[in-house]
Amino acid sequence: MPTKIEKDGVTGRETTGHEWDGLKELNTPLPKWWLWTFYASIAFAAVWMVLYPSLPFWRGTTQWIAREAIVAEVAEANARNAPMMARLRAATPAQIAADPEMRAFALAGGRVAFANNCAACHGAGGQGGSGFPALVDDDWLWGGSLAAIHQTIAHGIRNTEDEAARTSVMPRFGADGMLTNPQIGDVAEYVLSLSGRSSDPAAVERGRTIFAENCASCHGDNGRGNREFGAPSLADQVWLYGGGKADIIAMVRNPRLGVMPAWEGRLDPAVVNMLTVFVHSLGGGE
Amino acid sequence: MAAATATAALAPGQALGVREVGYVEAPIRAFAVITAFWGVVGFLAGVVIASQLAFPLLNLDLEWTTFGRLRPLHTSAVIFAFGGNALLGTSLYVVQRTCRARLFGGEEAGWFLFWGYNFFIVMAALGYVLGITQGKEYAEPEWYVDLWLTFVWVAYLIIFGGTIIKREEPHIYVANWFYLAFIITIAMLHIGNNISIPVSLGSSQSYSAPAGVQGAMIQWWYGHNAVGFFLTAGFLAMMYYFIPKQANRPVYSYRLSIVHFWTLIFLYIWAGPHHLHYTALPDWAQVLGMVFSVMLWMPSWGGMINGLMTLSGAWDKLRTNAALRFSVTAVGFYGMSTFEGPVMSIRAVNGLSHYTDWTIGHVHSGAMGWVGFITFGALYYLFPALWKKKGVWSEKLIAWHFWLATLGIVFYITAMWVSGIMQGLMWRAYDELGFLQYSFVETVEAMHPYYVIRMLGGVLYLSGMLIMAFNLWKTVTSSEAAEPEPVPSSAIAVAAE
Repeated sequence: MPTKIEKDGVTGRETTGHEWDGLKELNTPLPKWWLWTFYASIAFAAVWMVLYPSLPFWRGTTQWIAREAIVAEVAEANARNAPMMARLRAATPAQIAADPEMRAFALAGGRVAFANNCAACHGAGGQGGSGFPALVDDDWLWGGSLAAIHQTIAHGIRNTEDEAARTSVMPRFGADGMLTNPQIGDVAEYVLSLSGRSSDPAAVERGRTIFAENCASCHGDNGRGNREFGAPSLADQVWLYGGGKADIIAMVRNPRLGVMPAWEGRLDPAVVNMLTVFVHSLGGGE
Repeated sequence: MAAATATAALAPGQALGVREVGYVEAPIRAFAVITAFWGVVGFLAGVVIASQLAFPLLNLDLEWTTFGRLRPLHTSAVIFAFGGNALLGTSLYVVQRTCRARLFGGEEAGWFLFWGYNFFIVMAALGYVLGITQGKEYAEPEWYVDLWLTFVWVAYLIIFGGTIIKREEPHIYVANWFYLAFIITIAMLHIGNNISIPVSLGSSQSYSAPAGVQGAMIQWWYGHNAVGFFLTAGFLAMMYYFIPKQANRPVYSYRLSIVHFWTLIFLYIWAGPHHLHYTALPDWAQVLGMVFSVMLWMPSWGGMINGLMTLSGAWDKLRTNAALRFSVTAVGFYGMSTFEGPVMSIRAVNGLSHYTDWTIGHVHSGAMGWVGFITFGALYYLFPALWKKKGVWSEKLIAWHFWLATLGIVFYITAMWVSGIMQGLMWRAYDELGFLQYSFVETVEAMHPYYVIRMLGGVLYLSGMLIMAFNLWKTVTSSEAAEPEPVPSSAIAVAAE
């Protein structure tokens, strides 16, 4: 189109005189507020670039370094807690539990440490789940005293990384052919009878002998378990892998053996102590 | 259809006066249709993954349907499939008309672009679902898909640039500056961020050439400028054509368009490091990224001012023209997002917002509000124009689409603001002894209600899109035909010829 400058009736501005497919443009100057805000943002940028590192070899007049700032912040937080952490490291869990000041600190720190390290398996409230024991009740596999809990947390269970880990093995009675399928059915019926849930007295009687010969050495004559081997009580309603007949048969056939990592070495000894006191406080501590 | 085949007989570049240039239209019609199609697909994928976040069971325990694989499917479907086809289609439409020149390469070139680009989309999407990805956000496709896109993109540049070179207008219209900046910069970014070595010639996987913090820096140089040049410059081009067209008003300020164009493209390219605050990236690069982001505020708003002020003298049209309402609301969301962006780039703010849902909300006010709405406005204009109809089948349904989509966005972004800021505050909350107040899983639990609200927002937005698809379908099949040769009228000039 030939250039033809026109005046817009609405705004009183002139057009640039160009036209494309019927589209025209007004020659309105830059809005003042826009221009000055833009200048202000450039001025801000310039000042900021002088104050802070902003070019490869310019460290800024403040000499500010993000990493040093965070290191200082962490150091300050650590320094604030250092005396208490030292006390917690030196004390036994029993001493911590007996001292109100240390105990309050341990419960606060233990809660966070539990959430970040333990909750993934044991549940956010320590309620446990299938295969992961609940920590809020008094049904302990390996013991619920402060010392026992500390031992479990520090060294773990059936892991290969810590020689002091708690360990025990339940034989694969079915998979290794030590018991036949009918025998396993009978012994499961007997186990059910320990919590009063069997309806087949004949099978219970047959199972009683099998239990005495194969199971009682760890789980006890009356099936009340043995913490020395982490052998659970079979006479209550708390079941790690399910308490139905099918679940019990599956465990006798081919037992599942839970593993827990050792936390000593991964966590500060003070944190292991805090966790001990925290877990002990959840409801079932002895 | 008849008009297109009749004019297609003209030799390329044969300029016989304003309405006698045989514009290429058939591939553009295909682009318009596929844009709406990918819109439905992309928004649906968004609703699916939003539901998965609220109810993890919906991952279905199948590797192909997990959030990790469907999330890039959603982002690519909306950005590259929906947004990309909208950009390619409108650019071919706009460049011909504002240059008064037939498309360089003719109809065949347009069809090549259509099939070539959409082949890229399908190849990329298949890769995501099958787990073939290079793990770079918004640049997930593997090397063989990247090579193909490079080829298509260079062809696009030649076709678009060729049309500009043989234009019959003495000046290049502002929309074409933005389209050209988008095409050239995306070519540069795409190649820069995808330099990689295939594991072996027969392998679909590759190693990225840069690694570590250098790799991260290049990735976010790419990632941020994909926002800047794909989702901003490209759609500003759309705005510069379709808003003055629909408002039938001259662009507010030619001078502002020049200044904000050059400042925008100069400043944007530096802003990427704000994605890497508080990381291993050197402090100086982080600070530089931040200050350039702050300076970007006004250049971004220049586009908003030009879009909104073009309406002076035509604001009443918002009452009667529902398509224009989409375009103008889009500019409003654009202004909001481009203010929020610089704010979030400030280190101290970023310390709270980064890695939270606030970022997701920010992206979606831009993607749903700006990119989505400006495209809807353009499609409601283009369908009648391309199929020679008097107008869209139902104005009432456009209004329904508008209000459903707007409500959807409001649900979405307010939910993400609340959940994001809450999440950020919970992460940094300490008790009086210096221990963290919340565990990570507690923050996830706290976000659940907002995830449900976000999902509802997405459902509303998708419903609007389905209404649009139906309305466009009816426009093509049953709307009244337009008068032949509509004479363009102008508010300020009776006869420019």
